[in-house]
Amino acid sequence: MGKYVAKRVLTSILTIWLVATITFLLMFLVPGGPFLAEKAPSAATLEALNKRFGLDQPKIVQYKNYMLNLLQGEMGESIKQRGRMVQDIIFSGFKVSARLGGIAILVAVCIGVPIGCIAAFNRGKWLDSLILFFSTLGIAVPGFVVSTVLMVIFSVKLDLLPTYGLTSFAHYIMPVSALAFYPTAYISRLMRSSMLEVLGQDYIRTARAKGLPQFKMIFKHALRNAILPVVTYLGPLLAYTLTGSVVVEKIFTIPGLGNEFISSIINRDYTMIMGTTIFLATLLIIMNMLVDIAYKIIDPRIKFK
Amino acid sequence: MNNKNKLTFHLDVSDFLPAAEEEKQSLAVMRESVSFWRDGLRRFKRNKLAMASLVVIILVLLFAFVGPAVYPYSYEQQIRGSENLAPMEYSAKELARIESGESVFPHFLGTDGHGRDIMVRLMMGSRISLLVGIIASALILVIGSLYGTIAGYFGGRVDMVMMRIVDIIYTVPDILIIILLMVTLKYPMKNLAENVPGFEWINTIGVGLICIFIVFSLLYWVGMARIVRSQILTIKEQEYVTAARALGASHSRIIRKHLLTNVMGTLIVTTTLQIPSAIFTESFLSFLGIGVAAPMPSLGSMAAIAIDGIYTYPYRLLAPAVMISLIILSFNLLGDGLRDAFDPKLKN
Repeated sequence: MGKYVAKRVLTSILTIWLVATITFLLMFLVPGGPFLAEKAPSAATLEALNKRFGLDQPKIVQYKNYMLNLLQGEMGESIKQRGRMVQDIIFSGFKVSARLGGIAILVAVCIGVPIGCIAAFNRGKWLDSLILFFSTLGIAVPGFVVSTVLMVIFSVKLDLLPTYGLTSFAHYIMPVSALAFYPTAYISRLMRSSMLEVLGQDYIRTARAKGLPQFKMIFKHALRNAILPVVTYLGPLLAYTLTGSVVVEKIFTIPGLGNEFISSIINRDYTMIMGTTIFLATLLIIMNMLVDIAYKIIDPRIKFK
Repeated sequence: MNNKNKLTFHLDVSDFLPAAEEEKQSLAVMRESVSFWRDGLRRFKRNKLAMASLVVIILVLLFAFVGPAVYPYSYEQQIRGSENLAPMEYSAKELARIESGESVFPHFLGTDGHGRDIMVRLMMGSRISLLVGIIASALILVIGSLYGTIAGYFGGRVDMVMMRIVDIIYTVPDILIIILLMVTLKYPMKNLAENVPGFEWINTIGVGLICIFIVFSLLYWVGMARIVRSQILTIKEQEYVTAARALGASHSRIIRKHLLTNVMGTLIVTTTLQIPSAIFTESFLSFLGIGVAAPMPSLGSMAAIAIDGIYTYPYRLLAPAVMISLIILSFNLLGDGLRDAFDPKLKN
């Protein structure tokens, strides 16, 4: 156990370092470096800017400074939003995105798990086919399609829901549904197949044979084991929600991190791009690591290697 | 003779007589032997859903690759006076031409703000999406299967080092790095295309498209490599591999003739399922405006453009949205069908 955790932590740290280094190196592909990708400034301005961002030093020194700053949570100043530090922009955007993403994940799990169970209990009946049909459809439709179709129906045609911002409950309905659409479909498929597998196990037969009520059998024996694959899916789900929120936030004009990221790409705000990439990557890598470790703790059948 | 002691060592001569003609008949193979492919194909043909999705894919391929050639408008042609037409609507100019007896090809899905026919743009957009999906998957197939085969076949320290690299790339959040690469790679690519002789072809394909291929082949092969490696690990312990080695076959011969042929089913299935995910990512990038560059349409960028006019022309969103969902859905179903037919083990 300890060995596994140590290995996992080490790999994660290595990956985070790798992502930070790749980000640093890639930014040198941009003509003039990450800080000056604007229209050609005058020689004097260039020199001043170089000095200000430490670009007059050798690359290796720049790399060292950059890494040291990162360790202290310093990501430099935004090029486009002069005077604002990248980490502050990320932090304020992330609060919004985390709330939206968290609600979406909650919705996806709370709907996906029961639906998958219902499908499994009605295997082969019309209800199962119906759920399977919709969940197959659900994983084929990209997030931006769901968002825009929702928008056309509920805002343009019916004029029921607001199309931008995130200030009231009604504002949350469409972005959350758009974000939760794919994971709900995926979780219900996952849940269905794992529930079917569990229902075929010997211990379920034993539970039935000793006359356990259906309700108790489902909640005490079946669900506990069947839900494990959903736990492993939490890592990819988080990644999906983060990237999905980029699109959803852009469409619904939500002032979250995803929207900030996209506008920094369009505006070529390279310090913002660097900062956001590293921040999101670190978050994802750590969360994935935690999910992996948690999974091994929850399911003792999996051996530590 | 039959009731003699069974433990005796006396041999029964009648057991050694040549077989009679009718005895030989009972051993003859009446049915033709069913090869792996034949067997899989038979199972696949029985799967109605997968067959239907195959038909849909063929239709979409025809639509995307043959459609623009026979369609009278081109994807970048801006027809003056025919801006923002509704589906099947004619502009005043075109109506006048019809009046005078000319036949004018209708705009099935209308035109966009630049007077470009949306139908033909949809065809080109589907073509780009399909190309990205198929070429990216082919690249991933080549890189991933080679890497996985080498790691699995040689095992030991080689395997350990190679798989550690895979582990690390696997934990890298792909979409973020893809976005980062798309943003930065276009500069050196543009430079290469404009200043270095011999690289002009980059411009004809498009910098964005080249970047997508590079990025996909850099990051997405790891899943394929893992699957192939685990298969190779079991296959290489089989007797026929030992036999081949004993007969003095070289490593490359064993890999080519024995290992790769036996993981073929897995390779086909994984590659097919890779196509929709590549298309998914491409449309995501193009939707954000960092994928395929204008005027080349992609389904993602068409949807992005449609959003700007969503209040006035909501129908314009429908065509790319339906198309992309249809493509992804049918490839998913085809992949599932192929998996059930050729690689039932992979199902769990």
